[in-house]
Amino acid sequence: MEPLSWGEIAAQILMQFTPVWIALAVTLSLSAMFKRRLGLYGKLYDSSIGLIGFTLVMFWVFTAIFAPMIIPHDPLTAVSGMKNALPGSALPDHIGGHYLLGGDNLARDVFSRMVMGAREVLKIAPAATLFAFMVGISLGLPAGYFGGILDTVLSFIANLVLSFPVILLFYLLVTPEIVASGIPTYLAAVLFLFPILFLVVLWNARYFTQPMQRNIYVGLTLVIGLWLYAGLAFDADPLGLISMPPNVLIVFVSVVFVNAPTVFRIVRGIVLDIKTRDYVAAGQTRGEGPWYIMLWEILPNARGPLIVDFCLRIGYTTILLGTLGFFGLGVSPESPDWGSTINEGRRLLAIYPHPALPPAIALMSLVLGLNLLADGLREESLKD
Amino acid sequence: MALFILRRFGVMLLTALCLTFIVFSLTNLDPNLEKLAKTQGNARMTDTEVESWLTRNGYRDPLINRYGQWLGVLPGWTLQTPDGETTGRCIDSKTPAESAPRYCGVLQGDFGYSTVFRDEVSSIIKTRLGLTGILMFWVMVVMVPSALIIGVLAGMREGSKLDRGLSTFSIATTATPEYVSGVLFITIFASSAVGLKWFKGSAASAMKGVTWENFTLPVLTMALYGMGYIARMTRASMAEVMTSQYIRTARLKGLSFRAIVIKHALRNALIAPFTVIMLQFPWLLTGVVIVETLFNYKGFGWTLVQGASNNDIELLLSCSVVAVFVVLITQLISDIGYVYLNPRIRVA
Repeated sequence: MEPLSWGEIAAQILMQFTPVWIALAVTLSLSAMFKRRLGLYGKLYDSSIGLIGFTLVMFWVFTAIFAPMIIPHDPLTAVSGMKNALPGSALPDHIGGHYLLGGDNLARDVFSRMVMGAREVLKIAPAATLFAFMVGISLGLPAGYFGGILDTVLSFIANLVLSFPVILLFYLLVTPEIVASGIPTYLAAVLFLFPILFLVVLWNARYFTQPMQRNIYVGLTLVIGLWLYAGLAFDADPLGLISMPPNVLIVFVSVVFVNAPTVFRIVRGIVLDIKTRDYVAAGQTRGEGPWYIMLWEILPNARGPLIVDFCLRIGYTTILLGTLGFFGLGVSPESPDWGSTINEGRRLLAIYPHPALPPAIALMSLVLGLNLLADGLREESLKD
Repeated sequence: MALFILRRFGVMLLTALCLTFIVFSLTNLDPNLEKLAKTQGNARMTDTEVESWLTRNGYRDPLINRYGQWLGVLPGWTLQTPDGETTGRCIDSKTPAESAPRYCGVLQGDFGYSTVFRDEVSSIIKTRLGLTGILMFWVMVVMVPSALIIGVLAGMREGSKLDRGLSTFSIATTATPEYVSGVLFITIFASSAVGLKWFKGSAASAMKGVTWENFTLPVLTMALYGMGYIARMTRASMAEVMTSQYIRTARLKGLSFRAIVIKHALRNALIAPFTVIMLQFPWLLTGVVIVETLFNYKGFGWTLVQGASNNDIELLLSCSVVAVFVVLITQLISDIGYVYLNPRIRVA
């Protein structure tokens, strides 16, 4: 078969993304139709920057969801004769098709790897950011609200982690030797406990006057939470459904560990500001417990800056994951995640730039989308 | 003020002690020591041989004792080998057992011996830091003025077309980590296949002499990522100043826009970015590691990677000491500078 020209490559790539285009069109048009009823999310459609960001982010989210439908070839299979093939090169006749963006130095399809890489990144980054927020909020709220020795100790620990150069921490934590010593499991055991604690305290503070409802919520949280906890942290899920490979676990844990202190500092700062407000004083006068005030009075009013920071932080986490991949830390060499693909491609960059460019541009556009989205959200949330 | 600095110094020392202890215990975990023994001795050592190698080289003392020895507050270990020779922490080929000092740790200025480079750690760190210093200097020269100019231009008329354009540009730079922009720059400017071939894709020759050709790309790559953040902070601070009362007064007095911006707004708008620039140093450290690896420039970041991937304990510890002190000292400078620049802030 003939190799494709650049125009044909572009057309073919657009075709491959068909499921993403359909999903994007449905999401955007439905949301735009009902935007007045959708609160902050609906307001996003009034800001062009926010909308561009949201579209970019959703493009990658849908790419990750529909990845198996988009990829034309298996991302891990090498085809002989396609080593460093140029974009648009035709495969041998018995396989058929083309390598749309060329082949890498192990003769695998660059385009398919980039698409599958979106899945790898979006599997870890949002979840890790969410965990970091849970840890940061659960510790930041009491530190800011109670102050005193608790605040001093927690702030010291947070500053300690923050003054650790990120890259050194990764090099120390994300090694096979550390995995062998079991430290990631201990760290995971501590860090993964926070979401459960957070939710239990959250339900208890709200519903302790209605024991029936409280028991249902707390019970559900404990059952589901401890099941996930056993599976994720100790790989001991009794049903055998949930597990996390040790090398992914260590990456996950270190990313949470690096992000949580910053979230802690942000939450603590906001709480220090909000706790002087009248409605907090009103709650205290009513005789509400401290945890109710923290979780149901202060936290909802701190959501604006937290949502904005959440978007930014997913982007930052994506960059961190890329950094880990770039240094070949923690990921299996086969993995199509963007960081390690860039790392593999950079060695031959001067001669064959095409294997490194697609993942680099993909990573950049996702992070750019998240940053624009955060900017749009900030602007819209400041308006009211 | 003196008390404030003193207290900050105390916290700083405590932080440094905690951090070095963490690094020390992580590098001295059993699997790491075993790896070290195998790379230093023989890859096919049996477990008992590994154990005896570790005992012979003083790795089997309790962790806290060895940390004390490394720090120089406990006397270095000594051991009598079966054939009557004395070995010890402070004893090597140059200093025989009789004249060896009792203490040899960081406090005595002895940073130890690098097992990867087979050289004194202090001399390695000194040369490598020098090279990184050159890189950092040029990065700062490029990054700080351009970030401030972008921020001031964007912030002086909030919401204008210029502001929109420059803000989008700064968001784009913060979304482009070094390993992405480096790859893009090498492809565009240095690749022999499709590129413009203006610059070199490797900065290895820059270690002997910095030229326009071999140093532009690494400096640009690093400056770009940090620039966006500083520019956005400057913009926010400038926009806030421009809405303040005294700027309105200056306007009502009939001063030209130019004079208002340069004489009145700028000085107050640059207080916040000063702190941000200082706090950028720890971030630049990660950037240094990436850029030096990508462009093959053998500075501090490259050394850190070598030390970490070969578990070179003493080199890694010294690297972390340097890194931690850079972070803590920049924090201290930013705090003091902030108080100094902003007369409204008083420390008790």
